[in-house]
Amino acid sequence: MSEFVKPKHQRLVLVLIAVVALIGAGLLAAWALRSQASYFYLPADIAADPPAPDRAVRLGGMVEGGSIKTAADGVTIQFVVGDGKARVPVSFKGIAPDLFQEGSGVVAEGKLGADGTFIADNLLAKHDEKYVPREMKDMTEAQARAAVAETQ
Amino acid sequence: MAPMHAFANPARFLRLARPLTAPLLIVGGLLVAASLWWGLVHAPAERLQGDSVRILFIHVPAAWLGMGGWTAIAVASFVELVWRHPLAGIGARAAAVPGAFFALLCLVTGSIWGRPAWGTWWVWDGRLTSMLVLFFLYLSYLALADAASKDGDGQSRIPAIFGLVGAVNIPIIHYSVLWWNSLHQPPSITLGKSEMAPEFLWTLLAATVGFSLLFGGVVLARMRMILADNQAEARLRRRAMEAADA
Repeated sequence: MSEFVKPKHQRLVLVLIAVVALIGAGLLAAWALRSQASYFYLPADIAADPPAPDRAVRLGGMVEGGSIKTAADGVTIQFVVGDGKARVPVSFKGIAPDLFQEGSGVVAEGKLGADGTFIADNLLAKHDEKYVPREMKDMTEAQARAAVAETQ
Repeated sequence: MAPMHAFANPARFLRLARPLTAPLLIVGGLLVAASLWWGLVHAPAERLQGDSVRILFIHVPAAWLGMGGWTAIAVASFVELVWRHPLAGIGARAAAVPGAFFALLCLVTGSIWGRPAWGTWWVWDGRLTSMLVLFFLYLSYLALADAASKDGDGQSRIPAIFGLVGAVNIPIIHYSVLWWNSLHQPPSITLGKSEMAPEFLWTLLAATVGFSLLFGGVVLARMRMILADNQAEARLRRRAMEAADA
């Protein structure tokens, strides 16, 4: 009895080895995709390794506070995208999405101009992980907590 | 393994599953109706998203159950391969249909939310692409399990292997927003921490529990259906043999 391994246990070991190998393969593939699977470049990536001027890329980051300016023609907007390490000025002509505003995330599709300004053909707003009711948006965190405690 | 093998006997499983199915569906349905009514009518509008935040109460439970469905398939496939448990393959097949439904619901509601929030219906970022892959995996699993069940007994091993291999996608979906820059936001709720205001969070949790109960009820109902199907087929086969003998 003791020199035979039960088929059930043999299967358990084989399947466990297969599962570990699978997870390892999946992690390796995900690791290899690290740079390619990113949807956009951060301003720091653009600063470190600027893409060729005619290559279409996406730039993502935070719209810096107070940086949105409308040009004289009324449809072109200029703003600065930053990630805390680098800043890239962006110019966009068209209608921006509702969630596009200063202090929130944005993904701009376009090309890097010769003068270092990013010329965007399209803007996507990026929502963050915070969900806050409209009535509480101007409160500080402590005020909001107090308001919530009152209503409960 | 004694407690698990107690359910190797379908009759014993059915004695438990039959009275459980209807209560799961009814309680789940009521909870979903109540939390969606609250979420769609009474919950406040969000500071940036406005009213479109309400789709969250369907989108997030659908995403969790789409991923949870495949996790259940993977666990059942593991049990099937190692212990040859007769109900494991049936359970995996039963979970695949509601799993595929919720994965599709997640993709559709996410797309509807993305148009006003992001300014696009669809982007090929890591989260959206891996979720679409999950939906296609469900469709392949359903086709494979259906073909295997027509080949007779003992053929459920091929879908079980597929179920285990496909599970690699589940952690990829979860970590896609953390590993890669993506348009989709990172998780708002992690263990013990929430970036969501309480009125959104509690409605969401209630809706999730409700949808999960519905999911459980549908799985039990489908398992009973597959068992009844198998039984009817066995009876037909026996009759055909008797007719041939006579």
